[in-house]
Amino acid sequence: MLSYLQRLGRTGLDVAAGFGRAGILLAQAVWGPIDWRYGPGLLLRQLHFVGVYSLIIIVVSGVLIGMVLALQGYTVLVRFGAESALGQMVSLTLLRELGPVVAALLFAGRAGSALTAEIGLMKTTEQLAAMEMIGVDPLRRVARPRLLAGIIAMPILAQVFNMVAILGAVGVGVSWLGVDAGSFWSNMQQSVELGEDVMNGVIKAFAFGVVVTWIAVFEGFDAEPTPEGISTATTRTVVYSSLAVLAMDFLLTAIMFGVD
Amino acid sequence: MQSRSIEISVGAFILLGIVALSFLVIQVSGLTFADARRDTYQLSAQFNTVAGLAPRAKVMVAGVTIGRVTDIHIDPVSVRAVVDMAIDKNVDYLTADSIASIKTAGVLGEQYVSIAVGASEDILKGGDRIRDTQSAMILEDLIGKFVTNFGDKK
Repeated sequence: MLSYLQRLGRTGLDVAAGFGRAGILLAQAVWGPIDWRYGPGLLLRQLHFVGVYSLIIIVVSGVLIGMVLALQGYTVLVRFGAESALGQMVSLTLLRELGPVVAALLFAGRAGSALTAEIGLMKTTEQLAAMEMIGVDPLRRVARPRLLAGIIAMPILAQVFNMVAILGAVGVGVSWLGVDAGSFWSNMQQSVELGEDVMNGVIKAFAFGVVVTWIAVFEGFDAEPTPEGISTATTRTVVYSSLAVLAMDFLLTAIMFGVD
Repeated sequence: MQSRSIEISVGAFILLGIVALSFLVIQVSGLTFADARRDTYQLSAQFNTVAGLAPRAKVMVAGVTIGRVTDIHIDPVSVRAVVDMAIDKNVDYLTADSIASIKTAGVLGEQYVSIAVGASEDILKGGDRIRDTQSAMILEDLIGKFVTNFGDKK
């Protein structure tokens, strides 16, 4: 009986210690003097790695999701003769929820897991220890540019996702199913508010970018320096960041669009 | 050479983000710069009930949008609803005897303020009040009346 209690207590302490380590990592990586010797090269390379490489999956899934949304929305709306509201439905769904969330989930799968694996491998091959040995802070040299790149890339990816998804919906809705192009766009423009919908979507994407890259970088640093350790850390990154994104999405939605 | 190609691709990536955001802002949310800077003047009108009218609802003359509802509040003296409207500056044909009424677009559509222009010589200016108003039609009240009438006839 007592041993169960002890196990519960240990788990609780481990979780709390994990959160603490993650917080310390973020604080040490973000605060502290900027090292100008590296220049923007490190950040650019990470932006390339995290952002540009994620672009293909983001664009392809965006187009497909926009097409599916248009098709599904059309079959429901046409029953009420309201198919001209398709643009409104698709754009609000994408801007408010689907765009940032799906982009963040894809980002976690594509970029987050790669970040964790890369840092985990650096730790396993003792590159991080070597850096510390020669007086280079791995948190600032390795963690900071990756965190920054993820935080910058995520809102961009989410907006690209929104754009191609809406264009995909135009392709299916207007070109194929024959919704009138004029009413499609004007309904959309009437119902979408710049501050309420577009900017809240950007804020959401930014928050998801912080959370996903933070989890990815932390799991990399916290991985056990073995091949199995790297693979569990990569899995944990995808699972935790997906859960964190969905939970945060609910919170942010409740704050932004909830009861006034 | 390799760093050059990285820089170019990152530049293209950021440019794509800017393009996407401006697409969303201009094409999807329909922001036009003329719209934001358009000059308006304020009118107000009192209604017995505004049931369902919301700020940012349209103000229309003959079905053409000429302004938006900016604020709805209660006048504490008369306990009627006061609707403030921002009307485009180039609208200079609203006479003092115009009638403002709250209407619904379609059966389930959004509510808007419709202004019927009168024949008076006096033109409404900024800060003026539209005297004659017609309140929102409340569907439940109509149904209630209909049901009681129907019951009486029997």
